[in-house]
Amino acid sequence: MEFRPIISAMRRNKIGAILIAVQMAITLAIMCNALFIIEQRVALSQRPTGADEANVLFIRNQWVGNPPDASARLQGDLAALRALPGVQDAFATNSVPMSGGGSTEGLNLHEDQKDATALAALYFGDEHAIAAFGLKLVAGRNFNSGDVVDKVGYTDLKSPTGIIVTRVLADKLFPGGNAVGQSVYGVARSGRTPIIGIVDRLQVPWVSAGGWGSKFNDSSMIEPFNFVSVFPFYYVVHTQPGQLNTVLQSAPKKLFDISRARVIEKTETMTAARAEAYKDDKGLVVILSVVCAALLAVTAFGIVGLTSYWVAQRRRQIGIRRALGATRNAIVQYFQTENLLIAGAGAAVGVALAVSLNLWMVNAFAMQRLNTSYALIGAIVVLLLGQAAVLWPALKAASIPPALATRAA
Amino acid sequence: MFTYYFRLGLRSLRRNTVLTGLMIAAIAVGIGACMTALTVFRAMSGDPIPQKSHQLYAPQIDNWGPDKHTGGAPDRLEPQLSYTDVLGLMKAHAAKRQTGMYASLQSLRPADARQKPSKVFVRAAFTDFFPMFDVPFKYGGPWSASDDAARAAVVVLTRDMNDKLFGGANSVGKTIRLDNEPYTVSGVLDDWRLLPRFYDLAIRPFGDGDAIFMPFTRAIDKHMANTGSTQCNGDIETGWEGRLKSDCIWLQFWVELPTAMDVRAYRAFLNNYAAEQQNLGRFHWPPHTQLRDVTQWLQYRNIVPSEVRILILVSCGFLLVCLMNAMGLMLAKIMGRAGDIGVRRALGASRRAIFAQCLIETGVVGLAGGLFGLLLTALGLWAARSLLTKEFVALAHLDWADTGIAVLLAVGATVLAGLYPTWRAAHVQPAWQLKAQ
Repeated sequence: MEFRPIISAMRRNKIGAILIAVQMAITLAIMCNALFIIEQRVALSQRPTGADEANVLFIRNQWVGNPPDASARLQGDLAALRALPGVQDAFATNSVPMSGGGSTEGLNLHEDQKDATALAALYFGDEHAIAAFGLKLVAGRNFNSGDVVDKVGYTDLKSPTGIIVTRVLADKLFPGGNAVGQSVYGVARSGRTPIIGIVDRLQVPWVSAGGWGSKFNDSSMIEPFNFVSVFPFYYVVHTQPGQLNTVLQSAPKKLFDISRARVIEKTETMTAARAEAYKDDKGLVVILSVVCAALLAVTAFGIVGLTSYWVAQRRRQIGIRRALGATRNAIVQYFQTENLLIAGAGAAVGVALAVSLNLWMVNAFAMQRLNTSYALIGAIVVLLLGQAAVLWPALKAASIPPALATRAA
Repeated sequence: MFTYYFRLGLRSLRRNTVLTGLMIAAIAVGIGACMTALTVFRAMSGDPIPQKSHQLYAPQIDNWGPDKHTGGAPDRLEPQLSYTDVLGLMKAHAAKRQTGMYASLQSLRPADARQKPSKVFVRAAFTDFFPMFDVPFKYGGPWSASDDAARAAVVVLTRDMNDKLFGGANSVGKTIRLDNEPYTVSGVLDDWRLLPRFYDLAIRPFGDGDAIFMPFTRAIDKHMANTGSTQCNGDIETGWEGRLKSDCIWLQFWVELPTAMDVRAYRAFLNNYAAEQQNLGRFHWPPHTQLRDVTQWLQYRNIVPSEVRILILVSCGFLLVCLMNAMGLMLAKIMGRAGDIGVRRALGASRRAIFAQCLIETGVVGLAGGLFGLLLTALGLWAARSLLTKEFVALAHLDWADTGIAVLLAVGATVLAGLYPTWRAAHVQPAWQLKAQ
């Protein structure tokens, strides 16, 4: 293919060619950054909580008033829930993963430490907690009923007899891997607390992108407390496989049968909780996908429009070339090469633009650095888009009859 | 002349419907995307209380010491105050009006015993809250300062809450039951919506909020637990009294300072207060205080999610692509009509006349694109509201300002994009075009 005639033709249509190239560059820059964000948000919304999500449901309960027998009521509710047909186990806690509300505590290795060694999300629970969440105990032991005492609201500052931590938290506190049996100090209370067990994984309650929990996502601990509180709290119910929807109906009904002096704000499966917690991330993914598709479509139509115009403008020249012996293929190739040159220039500028856009977002929004493979994929997409868009006008050009050269003027 | 060009413009647009359609579609899609993001941004970053945003101030006091704010704001201050400091500032009464406050989730007993209790957000505040924030009343009014002092069991209901509990009737003097205790209604609010709810940004600043208001002193008396954020540092004693004595921060505090002189005086007062605490031995560091008005506060707390800013950036880039697209198509269209223009020039039309005609034509395209773009914006906002939570898209609705911005943006941008093609049209050589025919 001869580039010279193409380039000299383009020089007479500078503005059009530049317009297409710049469009492609901006499209590329936006597209690969958008794809990058999409990929991150999808990964974010798929992080596991550590619980057996398919078979667990949450009931958010709050007592009316501050009943003096709240502790007994809590145990009554739990006994009834555990006895319900289809239920494997249940326990009560202050917060659950993906709820967006809960408590954090700084943990220290020494008593008079200035900056905490690790931050940990705080879950209260009894000896049923591990089974009711469906967690995996990987070291040490579970609580036994002797470990568990009542905690009367957050203002009750008694220290736990021992704690169960996640593997991530254990490794952060004791990188040597010998966390069980070691002790830590809580920032907000006195005395040391031994680590008695380690669970494989338990996510913190805060899951939004860049939010409070983003820096210690899998760093949680369970303290052996029955949370007796005027605050709303959760019953976590682990159902037998296939019984989730039955229990979703029967559990709150059972609780209201026991007492109506309560508010059950919501009863939801972990699957529903996940959809709710990541709604904005999913929404952002959808919006960015639609914008990307629209960008590609607009750019493609722009190429079709301008190339068609060039074809119309050059009808006579094309006729003459055909009459002088150029094949249809040669005409199609001419327009394809022309587009490749324009798109190539656009892609080169676009990759630079994409990287600088990302760098700016890294600064302004604490985003991650763009993986360069995204820019390359974007460049290939833009080049292919150009080739596809130019095909129709090029075929139209190829169908111009050679006889045209003899007819007009 | 204008109407003639306008008609000519319409006629020429009709002549090549595919190209015209593509141009209008490109502009409409670009405007739609850009305006959706801008409308959301405007709704989220708007001034919630324009008449008073420079008279209401949130004081901050460092009650933890300079090296205890790890991970917080770079100014080493926290957004809330401790009970001790709120009590101190309320007692000093150094501003025209002031109120400490917090939110508590309480259960509401319905009058009809067969109905289940429900949960409501109760805001505990002082009576100054209502005049400070220009809260409108439908029935009755705020409780009195003596109710504050007496820890009286009185409440103010929002209009929605009153509709729910009393069917919208005047409920002043009636009783409601909150957590098993009776409260007398002293007033019912009229429609009142602050977006964002600047006075307490910890709880869903754009979502549904406070439904019932009661005296702060009463809520403290009844040990009503804080539903917002509580941050503790240092030694705490157990129980409610321990929480009140502690340096845990969990309360919001706002003051009304009408003049610049009041602001200066209050700054000095805050510093004196902190110095006094230092003298008393409570603070072991020099005074570190701050005073921010509503506008500065919203900026400081950075409440517009970065995703909204990213969407603005993406959609503006998209609009740019759409405009360049339209520019290319316009160029094609106008140059396709070079023959026409040549004839008109030969018949005596001046360059200016050709220029004006083409400019009006592009203006018409921009107007049409803007109108369709408005439709797409409405569609985009609907989609955004169904795809995202309220914390992302607030209650974004198209208002007249948005409509104006959309049309102006569309026409302005299109005409700007059309300048070069128009200029090219005006420089068509009549002789050359006539010869070629």
